[in-house]
Amino acid sequence: MAAPHRHATMQSMSNGGISSGSDRPQQHSQLSQQSPGLRVPSNRKTIYDRHLNRTRTAELSRASFAFLFGEMVTYAQRRVTGIQDLEKRLNEQGYPLGLRLLDLLFYRSTSTSSSALSSSSTSSSPPNRPLRIITLLHLIHGPLWRLLFGRAADALEHSVSPDTPNEYMITDNDPMVNTYVSAPRDMSMLNCAAYVAGIIEGVCDGCGFETKVSAHNQPTELWPSRTVFLVRFGDPVMEREKVLERAGVK
Amino acid sequence: MGATSKPAILSSSAMFGSMSTLNNPNLLKMSYYFTILSPTDTPLFNIAFGTSKGGGDGIARFRFPETAQYMNQFIIHSSLDILEEAQWTNGGMYLKHIDTYPPAAAYITAFLTPSGARFLLLHQPPHLPSSTSTSGSIGSSSLLGTAGSTTRASSSSIAANPTSPQTEEAVRQFMNEVYESYVKTAMSPFYKQGMEIKSPVFRSRITAAGKKWL
Repeated sequence: MAAPHRHATMQSMSNGGISSGSDRPQQHSQLSQQSPGLRVPSNRKTIYDRHLNRTRTAELSRASFAFLFGEMVTYAQRRVTGIQDLEKRLNEQGYPLGLRLLDLLFYRSTSTSSSALSSSSTSSSPPNRPLRIITLLHLIHGPLWRLLFGRAADALEHSVSPDTPNEYMITDNDPMVNTYVSAPRDMSMLNCAAYVAGIIEGVCDGCGFETKVSAHNQPTELWPSRTVFLVRFGDPVMEREKVLERAGVK
Repeated sequence: MGATSKPAILSSSAMFGSMSTLNNPNLLKMSYYFTILSPTDTPLFNIAFGTSKGGGDGIARFRFPETAQYMNQFIIHSSLDILEEAQWTNGGMYLKHIDTYPPAAAYITAFLTPSGARFLLLHQPPHLPSSTSTSGSIGSSSLLGTAGSTTRASSSSIAANPTSPQTEEAVRQFMNEVYESYVKTAMSPFYKQGMEIKSPVFRSRITAAGKKWL
């Protein structure tokens, strides 16, 4: 019902407010205050009028998530030839989400009490941006995982090999994205958590840590869909890490 | 240079201190230039406004002539090197006052979002009516610094002294409010990182935040 009304008003604006706008004068004046061409939702709430904090009741259903994610995998698969290509596409879909989540995560931890930053929000000091690799990985392992999946990741390890000091591993015993995905036998290498790997990559990149992240199947008897996210930091990051360590930055 | 010019500055600052007691309202009105830069230094949003607190009219009056407003952008961008240095030693989002450009008495305050967007605010105290010659205007920057500390006791110290704790706090509140609007913009599915922010609602939010805190 709301849409036709709006159309009527918009029309009346374009032809000088002569004909159909007369029965809704108030709405007309409100619209003309806004700049032309801006479409406002029928409840007059732009994204700037909504608050960003999640309430307990606002959680999404797992079924709708599974459906959406299934569609995303299908969409990606229709356009690729190999498994690697498919994982790359999923990764690219996750990347921008990671960048956004980073800002959202910090915003939510800054204003824990309410969305209004107005009066007495000075009590809690905002969290720090991660400057070192370990702080960044803890941020992903803990707060980010809780924001996405409602629990922390299961393990965080550093590569033991002296050749690859830039490799870290984050383990999830039962990734939620793979709960309703079973890859066909000829695609057993595929891990759709490449999407989550993309999110991690976005978060690292956003913080200024150039990274490549990939998802690998490492099933155990207890956890058949156990996934390891291999995080490989670039050389500039490792160099900066050394400088920061010498400078004593935490 | 310092040894010879210092006494002159001191004496004239005393003169300025007496001038500010004359209650010239124009002396306390700051001009602000706020800009958001993407992690790759693309300008996403610009706005200029003036002091609204204490009877200010909210109109920016920069020292540059109308034809040279690009100087603001020039000064802000020149502080990016310092920002990128400070970004790896200070983990906070609000980096406070990071840079000063004495020839224009411009003070730069920075806020860094976790995803790498930079909010930069340039404050510039108004031009002194007394300093008309070009050599005098260079000295006036240091003049204003000392003059600000003498008038700190006055109620509208936000405008008077760009580096006082009150100002830092007011700017912090302003930045936090901008950050909230920025996150909302970034969460929109039609917005990609690095895109210019064109929303008139966003602009009005920033204007309101400026009116409220600065």
